[in-house]
Amino acid sequence: MKRLHIILLVFIAIAIGLLVSFMGNLSTYETIASARQKAGKSVTIIAKLDNSQPIEYNPVKDPNYLSFHIQDTLGNRAKVIYHFGKPYDMEKAERIVLKGKMNESGDVFEIAQKDGILIKCPSKYKDDPETAKKNLSQTQ
Amino acid sequence: MDYVGEHLLPGKLGQFFVVLSFAASFVATISFFKSANAKSLGDQASWKKMGRLAFWVNTLSVFIVFATIYYIVRQHYFEYNFAWEHSGKKLDPKYMLACIWEAQEGSFLLWMMWHGVLGIILMFKARQWEAPVLTVISFAQFCLTTMILGVYVFGHQIGHSPFMLVRQLFQEAPIFQRADYLSIPQMQDGQSLNALLQNYWMVIHPPILFLGFASTIVPFSFVVAGLWKKQYGAWTKTALPWTLFSGAMLITGIMMGAAWAYESLTFGGYWAWDPVENASLVPWLVLVAGLHTQVVYNATGHSLRATNLFLILEYILVLYSTFLTRSGILGDTSVHAFVGSGMDLQLILLILVFLIPAAVLYIINYNKIPHIKKEENTWSREFWMFIGSLVVFLSAIFICVATSLPVINRIFGTNWTTGEDPKFSYNRIEIFIAIILGVLTAGGQYLKYKNTPKNLLWKRIWPATAVALVISVLISLFGGIHYDQYGTGFLFAIHLALFAGIYSLVANVGYIFTGLQGKLKVAGASVAHAGFGLLLVGILVSSSKKEVLSYNTTGINLPFDPKTKENPLENITLLKDVKTDMGTYYATYLSNDSVNKTGNIIYFQVKFQDKKTGESFNLWPNLIKNTKGAENYSNNPDKRHYWDHDIFTYISYANILDKVKDTSGFVSHPVSLHDTIFYSRGIMILDTVYVNPDNGKYHFTSSDTALLAHIRVISRDSLQYTIAPLLYVKDNRIHRVADTLFAQNLAVEIGSVMTNRKLDLRVKESSDMVPFVSLKVYTFPQINLVWIGILVMVTGFWMSIIYRRKQRLRPEPALVA
Repeated sequence: MKRLHIILLVFIAIAIGLLVSFMGNLSTYETIASARQKAGKSVTIIAKLDNSQPIEYNPVKDPNYLSFHIQDTLGNRAKVIYHFGKPYDMEKAERIVLKGKMNESGDVFEIAQKDGILIKCPSKYKDDPETAKKNLSQTQ
Repeated sequence: MDYVGEHLLPGKLGQFFVVLSFAASFVATISFFKSANAKSLGDQASWKKMGRLAFWVNTLSVFIVFATIYYIVRQHYFEYNFAWEHSGKKLDPKYMLACIWEAQEGSFLLWMMWHGVLGIILMFKARQWEAPVLTVISFAQFCLTTMILGVYVFGHQIGHSPFMLVRQLFQEAPIFQRADYLSIPQMQDGQSLNALLQNYWMVIHPPILFLGFASTIVPFSFVVAGLWKKQYGAWTKTALPWTLFSGAMLITGIMMGAAWAYESLTFGGYWAWDPVENASLVPWLVLVAGLHTQVVYNATGHSLRATNLFLILEYILVLYSTFLTRSGILGDTSVHAFVGSGMDLQLILLILVFLIPAAVLYIINYNKIPHIKKEENTWSREFWMFIGSLVVFLSAIFICVATSLPVINRIFGTNWTTGEDPKFSYNRIEIFIAIILGVLTAGGQYLKYKNTPKNLLWKRIWPATAVALVISVLISLFGGIHYDQYGTGFLFAIHLALFAGIYSLVANVGYIFTGLQGKLKVAGASVAHAGFGLLLVGILVSSSKKEVLSYNTTGINLPFDPKTKENPLENITLLKDVKTDMGTYYATYLSNDSVNKTGNIIYFQVKFQDKKTGESFNLWPNLIKNTKGAENYSNNPDKRHYWDHDIFTYISYANILDKVKDTSGFVSHPVSLHDTIFYSRGIMILDTVYVNPDNGKYHFTSSDTALLAHIRVISRDSLQYTIAPLLYVKDNRIHRVADTLFAQNLAVEIGSVMTNRKLDLRVKESSDMVPFVSLKVYTFPQINLVWIGILVMVTGFWMSIIYRRKQRLRPEPALVA
């Protein structure tokens, strides 16, 4: 065997090792119901804001406590607690990607990292044809 | 229906040139292809002439298309969707170009314009490589033009034309039933450029980045040309300055994006391993791997196969990154939130039409690509350069796979995503790559090609090693790097990487003097590597010493998961005019009454005072009112630069963001002079009424009509305040200036003057009246090292470009096989 081949094999081994270790740290997309079953495990949920419940954020009292409710496509609801500021345009979000852990009793989804919330607003960076359509149909 | 007031000519003209550029790129591709394959010199020349002409036509058409769009945007022809969607009347003229490349079509055009410029330069410079290289570039022009063609073939739309009218795109909207639809308010102004993008970086970053993107096709084309013409290694010298140029431009573009993210977005840093950032970094890494093997081949004849592979892959990865960022597939993983363009299939085909021919050419020629049987010596430069290239390539593969999780999920039906802490999942692996690369770039140049006598190597390298060791141990001991958030193992890796970075910096600077005798002309590589080392040090120090200054000392302390070790109370709330203790500073929120000229940016003045030195300064973090019909705001940070650190702040919340409508309204109280009004926390008495007051605040004269009321407020705790609302008439209209008393949550205005010498005083009580702002304040120590490192590295690239261009013109030295 040539040295080049040995080097390549070593590199492939390292690459596989890296990927396995990377995969080991991945989380999975879950629904609220399946996140409850995996309580205490770090998961990712895609949901929308549950507008029937108020967003609790009182920056005068504490700018680092935000609590709101989400609802997933299956209709399940859960309370979310996030220990950072309130993301901009939250009310407008059509979708929220949340990375965190469901607590043991399954009623609160806690997010411990600042990047744990990703707000998907249609109009933030790119244009949304739906907004444009709405805008055009308003007039008469 | 005949619509009134439309300007259809520019659109028709523009669309004509789109089609012309499409046809011309097709002709150019065929002609250059024929020329490259022609047997006789006559055929070769005549096809080439045709190809050149077609390429010129194509390039000019692309520029005309761009100019036409600019004209439409500049003239505010909002009947065109492009102008309506991306520009507006209020848009500052300096963003008129930026709003063109904000759009998908506009950025494709930018890419094609650079292709055109590069292709024309290559016509003059590529000599015998012109025909095959320009075949590839013309073909790329052809493919990219389909993205803006906007024609239907068998019911499939191919590309989006930038000249679509609003009424063509939204045919069902009722307003288009009217011939004079352009007079309707919505059509009178456009949606304008997104507020976040109204930034000078948006003017400069995309053109540079797209120049980098466009230039990556040049080394790829040379590889394809070599494989196609079966002159496998003959192009590497001619193409080396181009590979270098591409590397320099791409990293400049990427780091401009990083600087933008750092300066005016609130991502909390310059790099976040966001998929969109990664997508452009991966091709650069592979390009750099190819650059090194190309240098190795030029010097020794080794590594030609690897060079071919890397330079093919870098371009395929550029196309892949185009797919990732434009297809919307990253929607759930990237903060850049690109919305899908409905061109997914076209974008995938774009990858395949380049990948398949290149892969086939590479595979069938693989055994014919010359390589040297005898292996590289372990003590040779080429061996370690090759290892280094492999490490860079490995790092690129890792980042690419991690970024591609949404694609993997789509293909295999899995549902993986990055964990709670995506940044660390990259950092914990990249830190080891950094350690290896730091040491390799430090030692690499001290090795000679072919073989290095060991005693000579040690003799030359030990001073740099010793100096680097001393410096890095001193920094490790006294530099205050105690980033143990991820455990001592990672902290140890940071210190190791710090040594590697310093080693690379010191050894490369040293090599300029000891190895090159100070000849800067040939020192491009040393300078670039020294810059890389400095960049590494900058990244490590600024990231591990990044500190949140705004730890909340006022809020309620919440119990946190002790495992995370992170104290997330990172926002502090400042009440207006209340000096608040913030770690090493006092912070005071002073005002929010300054706006910019167009009124869409609100500046908040926050005063910081250093407790130790007493130095005080103001920062003006601001909120930008969103465009695109949204009434929300985006935040925009402000920072103060010091030579050794930056103080950086942005608004995480402010009153005006409150969507909750103030439910308490004004309540009317008709009162005469000295009457008393009761409110929930005390009483107020109307003391005096001044007619046409002329005091420190107001200057009315007898010709005006103005009333100023002085009202004494006595609270239950028997504190006294004065509140002074004003009413005046100007231009036959009544103006009311309410006065507020934050301490009592009170606002009073004069409603009207009543007939019986009474005033209608209107009183509002609300708990939401105290103006406050929630801030996040960071410090980034030594952030300048990051920027200086990048500048030095790019300078090194340019020095190499100049040197290699000259070297290329020299007669070739015989290769030692």
